[in-house]
Amino acid sequence: MLSMKNISKTFGSLEVLKDISINVDQGKVVVVIGPSGSGKTTLLRCLNVLEQPDSGAVTIDNQTIDFSQKVTKPAIRELRKQTGMVFQNYNLFPHLTVIENIMEGPVTVQKQEKSTARETAVRLLEKVGLGDKADVYPYQLSGGQQQRVGIARAMAIDPKVMLFDEPTSALDPELIGEVLQVMKDLAKEGMTMVVVTHEMKFAKEVADEVVFMDGGYIVERGAPEEVFERPTQERTKKFLNLLQH
Amino acid sequence: MAKMYLLNSLFLNAEDLQTLQDSFLPLLKGVLYYTIPLTLISFFAGLLLAVITALFRISGVKLLSGIARVYVSIIRGTPLLVQLFIVFYGFGNLGVEFLKFSPFVGALIALSLNTGAYASEIIRASILSIDKGQWEAAESIGMSYFQSLKRVILPQATRVSIPPLSNSFIGLVKETSLASTILVAEMFRKAQEIVATTYQPLLIYMEAAAIYWVICFILSLIQDQIEAHLNRYIK
Ligand SMILES: Nc1ncnc2c1ncn2[C@@H]1O[C@H](COP(=O)(O)OP(=O)(O)OP(=O)(O)O)[C@@H](O)[C@H]1O
Ligand SMILES: [Mg+2]
Repeated sequence: MLSMKNISKTFGSLEVLKDISINVDQGKVVVVIGPSGSGKTTLLRCLNVLEQPDSGAVTIDNQTIDFSQKVTKPAIRELRKQTGMVFQNYNLFPHLTVIENIMEGPVTVQKQEKSTARETAVRLLEKVGLGDKADVYPYQLSGGQQQRVGIARAMAIDPKVMLFDEPTSALDPELIGEVLQVMKDLAKEGMTMVVVTHEMKFAKEVADEVVFMDGGYIVERGAPEEVFERPTQERTKKFLNLLQH
Repeated sequence: MAKMYLLNSLFLNAEDLQTLQDSFLPLLKGVLYYTIPLTLISFFAGLLLAVITALFRISGVKLLSGIARVYVSIIRGTPLLVQLFIVFYGFGNLGVEFLKFSPFVGALIALSLNTGAYASEIIRASILSIDKGQWEAAESIGMSYFQSLKRVILPQATRVSIPPLSNSFIGLVKETSLASTILVAEMFRKAQEIVATTYQPLLIYMEAAAIYWVICFILSLIQDQIEAHLNRYIK
């Protein structure tokens, strides 16, 4: 479904991703954990080519981009249409109402009829529990509500894969649950997901695989109970210890 | 004696009132036929030029950003009055029919070029002030560069740029008075003509000043309306 093969990425002289390979089967959820600066965000951004890897290949659904060759913009946009991205600080469009935010991709990019896009948007809003917030502006929502709109906006382009970059780390503790619940629902419905998060409970409950990154490498990977309960690498143990305190 | 004269000149007698009344219509004509059209046309032409220049500047294409830099540098580095003289007298003297502009067109060209350069910096700064996350969010739902610009970045940059652009606009209203030097019959030139026959410089120039002030005051009210509208999505 989704695969990343031998992806490397450097910023100047800083090697941020070192020969990373990941495979995610249809309907599976991969949770990525790791210390700050380990390259988690960069990994996600390489998946939808917000960041262009130096080498390696990304495949989503049946489309492959090989970064050792020249990559065209239409190819990148094609790949992006298969992925929905949820950002740490939501990045909603502040000048558009909630429903306009969600309709923007379908209408502007996919050239859907406004009425069709609106129907989909209303359905998605209800799904994330915000059916009554269609016509307000983002600033009128709490962080948790904004993030749920962010998820609905990403879902609106009907992606094959959803990418989440620490979707709850900017939220007050009491608002985290509502966002995680929406994500759990998505997972249950069989959405393929790559989630960067340090919410252990969520990872244990939902993840099919946990990937621990450090220094641009994948240090350890496996089922959540293995990585969390019986880590084999020293660095993983240390990091998990830190998380628990 | 001199003191008496000064005092007298500060109060309006019947003759003064008559002069004011007689001069008002010609001045108003100058405003309606020249000052306002000059301002409006050169502002919007300048704005178009400014958007293009700003996009050139941030394009990352060396040639384009180079062109934009040179243009802005030349315009900002020379007085508007000199630019007006070059466009009107300078080009007009080349013997090339095509470059012989009427005073009005000459003023339009110089004022548009001038506004374009200054406004391009405003627009560039406004675009750069929009959070990078907005570009990324737009791209992440599949938008192209120009779609992102049109649908996401420019609408937000517009809000940011309204106060400084209003400043430019109001500045431009007053700068049109410089067009009097290249024979455009705008309000200030009309005022000078009236003074030449009435010998009432204080009275007439004060009247002209008052008219400029009224125009700018109305514009600032319009600015408030626009700002209120564009700020609707801000806390
Ligand atoms: N555009 C960039 N230019 C230069 N360096 C960058 C850029 N983006 C990321 N980096 C660097 O790459 C490294 C990895 O960054 P990344 O954001 O992927 O880490 P992360 O694991 O997501 O960290 P965090 O948990 O803090 O979000 C960091 O050292 C960061 O400073
Ligand atoms: Mg990160």
